Amino acid sequence: MTATTTARVAAPPVHTLRRPSARLRAWATRGPLLPALIFMIVVTQLPFVATLVISFFDWNALYPKARRFTGLGNYLDVLTDADLRHSVWTTILLTVTVVLVSLVLGLVLALLLDRRFRGRGIVRTLLIAPFLVVPVAAALLWKHVLYNPEYGLLNGLLHYVGGPQPDWISTTPLLAVEASLVWQWTPFMMLILLAGLQSRDHQQIEAARVDGANDWQVFRHLTLPHLRRYLELGALLGSIYIVQNFDAVFTLTSGGLGTANLPYTVYQSFYQAHENGLASAAGVLVVIGSIVIATFALRVVSSLFREEGSR
Amino acid sequence: MSATATHVRPRRTRGTGLGLAAWVLGIVFFLPIAWMALTSFHSEPDAAKNPPSFGAALTLDGYREFFGTGGGASPWPAIVNSTVASVVSTLCVLLLALPAAYALSVRPVRKWTDVLFFFLSTKMLPVVAGLLPIYLFAKNTGMLDNIWLLVILYTSMNLPIAVWMMQSFLAEVPVAVIEAAQIDGARLPTVLTRVVAPIALPGIAATALICFIFSWNELLFARVLTGVVAETAPVFLTGFITSQGLFLAKVCAASLVVSLPVLAAGFAAQDKLVQGLSLGAVK
Repeated sequence: MTATTTARVAAPPVHTLRRPSARLRAWATRGPLLPALIFMIVVTQLPFVATLVISFFDWNALYPKARRFTGLGNYLDVLTDADLRHSVWTTILLTVTVVLVSLVLGLVLALLLDRRFRGRGIVRTLLIAPFLVVPVAAALLWKHVLYNPEYGLLNGLLHYVGGPQPDWISTTPLLAVEASLVWQWTPFMMLILLAGLQSRDHQQIEAARVDGANDWQVFRHLTLPHLRRYLELGALLGSIYIVQNFDAVFTLTSGGLGTANLPYTVYQSFYQAHENGLASAAGVLVVIGSIVIATFALRVVSSLFREEGSR
Repeated sequence: MSATATHVRPRRTRGTGLGLAAWVLGIVFFLPIAWMALTSFHSEPDAAKNPPSFGAALTLDGYREFFGTGGGASPWPAIVNSTVASVVSTLCVLLLALPAAYALSVRPVRKWTDVLFFFLSTKMLPVVAGLLPIYLFAKNTGMLDNIWLLVILYTSMNLPIAVWMMQSFLAEVPVAVIEAAQIDGARLPTVLTRVVAPIALPGIAATALICFIFSWNELLFARVLTGVVAETAPVFLTGFITSQGLFLAKVCAASLVVSLPVLAAGFAAQDKLVQGLSLGAVK
């Protein structure tokens, strides 16, 4: 997938002179790259290969002697076990909902912030703040300070208007997790979309206005097409982070009430149930899901990269 | 200046309405944080009131409770651990990423975009992909509950982002300027410190702040790989997951204190935040 992204780049003029020491020089330019490259391969690629190997074994850490090769057995278990299948579904639902809702909210906020008004800098700062709360702290804030049925702020505000006093996490557990994540990720989407809005061609928009285009027409035919790739980028990067979410699920519901997603399930099945083989198979499934998203993400990033980087 | 202002005037009233909408939404999004801050300064009985007591007397009891002066575990070891893990891993990231970014921008190696995209693809590999082997490795080598293991892992977690960000910052240094310096007889160290560094420094600083944030926030590795000794601040916070009687002010104080470094770093890096989060794709 990386082969398609090779951009043709003119070599800097310093390089064009071929000298006897060309090979040495090539290594001199490559040298600074090697530590980072080797470090990454050792720390990220090797463990994944190990996960892949372990996923083919029936291996419970409590019964190490009973370890044996099962081929695709763990994968069959993951896909046929009702709980595990449910966690696959939860992961998809959680990711899609959070990404879409925060993307739409982020777009609205970005459009509002793109125009000049009094105190724009302050509003921008207020809006970024939720993204800068430590994820565990944010989850605690939602769990205890906002959702708590007895003294939470949500029910406190409902009290004023004489509304009901629901137990938010028990009645709508997944929605509760989603709302807290939307709150944290909307600023992220807003920042990316705002950058997109500010890179628009203002002369083109001015020209369209002179030709009599109204706000909606400008938005529909100029802004939205321009924003398309920024929307894609936000959606894909957001998906990559939210597919992996562990903090919110762990803190708000501890994976209970049908909110366990795949990362939580992987954590639970080896950390608490000691099912190493099963956990690895679930982990590999998360990776496959991520690769699907990542393939699209890399394509979007590389198209933006080539456009902005064509210097 | 005034000429352009009068030019916009016809659409002014609607502009004010939209500005107001932005303010309202900004306040709504900020409200949970503001309420958390206010509650952290309330006494426990006031904090647990329904309907909420906005004007209750202010006190530092929540903070005293959190810092363990009223009994209970002190959060300081966890905060120190988090600081060590975040700061040292960020320094390691800079040490590895700066030469790499140099080799990918100022004097690009052949097929440099392929290398760049390899770094990016490792970022897309989820944490759970390698968690179990890393845990088993740590267990067998006695590295469990060791802060230096987290330093290594956080370095690998942030290195791709840093390489991408710094690549894009270094690429902003015009090649012509570097060549001019070389023609004037400047050697490589001089070029780096006198020409490249001043232009790229704000970007490098922002990269460091973003790496710091991600390391400080991390929970899954820390939760699985640390115990009593190397526990980090987010792991300490997980102790508040189950309710313990009246403890709302304490939770608020704890969440706020642990988030403060991230809020500070985030606002300091505000201008470059997007570029970092979008892996340098958006400027």
